[in-house]
Amino acid sequence: MNIRGDFPLLQTPGLVYLDSAATTQKPQVVIDALRRYYESQNANVHRGIYRLAETATRLYEGVRDQVARFIGAASRAEIVFTRGTTESINLVAASWGRANLKPGDEILSTEMEHHSNLVPWQAVAKETGAILKHIPLTDDGLLDVSSLGTLLTRRSKLVALTHMSNVLGTINPVSKIAEAARKVGARVLVDGAQSVPNLPVDVRSLGCDFLAFSSHKMLGPTGVGVLWARRDLLEAMEPVQFGGDMIETVELQQSTWNELPWKFEAGTPNIADVIAFGAAIAYLDRLGMANVREHEIRLVRHALKALGSDRRLTLYGPRVAEERGGAISFNFGEIHPHDVSTILDRRGICVRAGHHCCQPLMKRFGIHGTTRASVYAYNTEAEINALAAALDEVERIFGRAETPAKQR
Amino acid sequence: MIKSGIPDDRDVISDDLYREIILDHYRSPRHRGRLDDATFRAEGKNPLCGDEISLDLRVSNQRGVIDGVGISGKGCAISQASGSMMAEALTGRTLEESAGYARAFKRVMLEGAEADLLPPELEDLKSLENVKQYPVRIKCAILAWNTLLEAIKENTSHA
Repeated sequence: MNIRGDFPLLQTPGLVYLDSAATTQKPQVVIDALRRYYESQNANVHRGIYRLAETATRLYEGVRDQVARFIGAASRAEIVFTRGTTESINLVAASWGRANLKPGDEILSTEMEHHSNLVPWQAVAKETGAILKHIPLTDDGLLDVSSLGTLLTRRSKLVALTHMSNVLGTINPVSKIAEAARKVGARVLVDGAQSVPNLPVDVRSLGCDFLAFSSHKMLGPTGVGVLWARRDLLEAMEPVQFGGDMIETVELQQSTWNELPWKFEAGTPNIADVIAFGAAIAYLDRLGMANVREHEIRLVRHALKALGSDRRLTLYGPRVAEERGGAISFNFGEIHPHDVSTILDRRGICVRAGHHCCQPLMKRFGIHGTTRASVYAYNTEAEINALAAALDEVERIFGRAETPAKQR
Repeated sequence: MIKSGIPDDRDVISDDLYREIILDHYRSPRHRGRLDDATFRAEGKNPLCGDEISLDLRVSNQRGVIDGVGISGKGCAISQASGSMMAEALTGRTLEESAGYARAFKRVMLEGAEADLLPPELEDLKSLENVKQYPVRIKCAILAWNTLLEAIKENTSHA
């Protein structure tokens, strides 16, 4: 996949960007779309009767159609724009969660969730009296699905899980879990922040009820997220933000809500970034998500070989490229990930270090953090090689990986 | 060596971040361990990066000075080296002097005070000045010192 020329920031000499699980770089077409909107299309949507406003509305709503097609949604009414994955999950917790969870009901999550798919459920559990449980992990970083038989019961009302771990790369068997959840009448929310950018995702074949993801991890701007939910669920849900645009009629004492999906989009939306997100989706459509995934598998296979053969490193997560995404976490002996990351930064290599918003997962593996390299469609094998070589620099500065032996 | 093209004064400074004196304290930490007869103990944590410091201090009754320091914990080179340097500087000092050192070092790291003005007993600490170029790492450098201030505050308020 020869697309690096499309990304202005990647032209920076010597820069090796391996942090796309945090946020991806943006192609010129996305930057151009943002600029074009402000230079020639800027008007508020849904209200103006003049042509400029109609253009802005058409472009904004056109992206909703793109998103619906991209994930196989049954209708554009099922696509709600939010600020990001976090806000999408919070919307479900605050609306569906409050209305549907009772004392003793169970929410089933996993030990590998990002804080954004854990903390909202803690909050709503506290408020409703529901109980939060977690599917445990195997030492290879896979969900221990053998526990589902006991964890998933008639008390289970929601299964909230990530499709692809942002730390381990693990791809979870969502459709199987969704099928089991359906049998006990539980809803399924999927955190697609990592999977939607990297895999062809189809909500019908996933069999889930809610899917949340972010534009900025798939070549689009920050500040835009998507909540997809089945129409009947959205119809029954109350809005959580109130104000302009989300209403149908307003009287001094009461109001009625707009139809879907605008019922959930109070106030002037992030028009410019949504429109630029449309350019990102069009770009990914041109690449083809199957090709994006194939490229990722190739790079991950290379990285697993290059890093997996380095005896100074401990790697986390599945060791088969086909079973995982592009986030590869490791530790270099006992050396703190922040020290590793700072040394790599000296070589122009951008990686993430720390707990990656997954403190319970760190605890599960008895570590405080990892160094994480993550790849995307624009990365190359040469960049993986640069990372592998730069790890020698860590050893040069800190000595053998074993030191310091005296740490408690 | 590949150099990042991003204009950043770290390019010059970063080679100086892990200076030999810092690495030496990290590899061979001073006063490492716990004290069985500690007068008081304190724990410090940076939950976000997982740095941990356990500090044991023994204060002599007759002289009112610290005559035993035990420091343990885990974390990045910066947090652990800073703790080792602190342990060395505290021996033979009163609690009041120790708190003064902590405040002086924090002024350097947080308020832009000149490291050269630190007292000679804190000579090694001057090597940590470059950590200021890495905003997220400053809390690593001051963890041990915050733990010390906490320990002193606890001890004096109970006395």
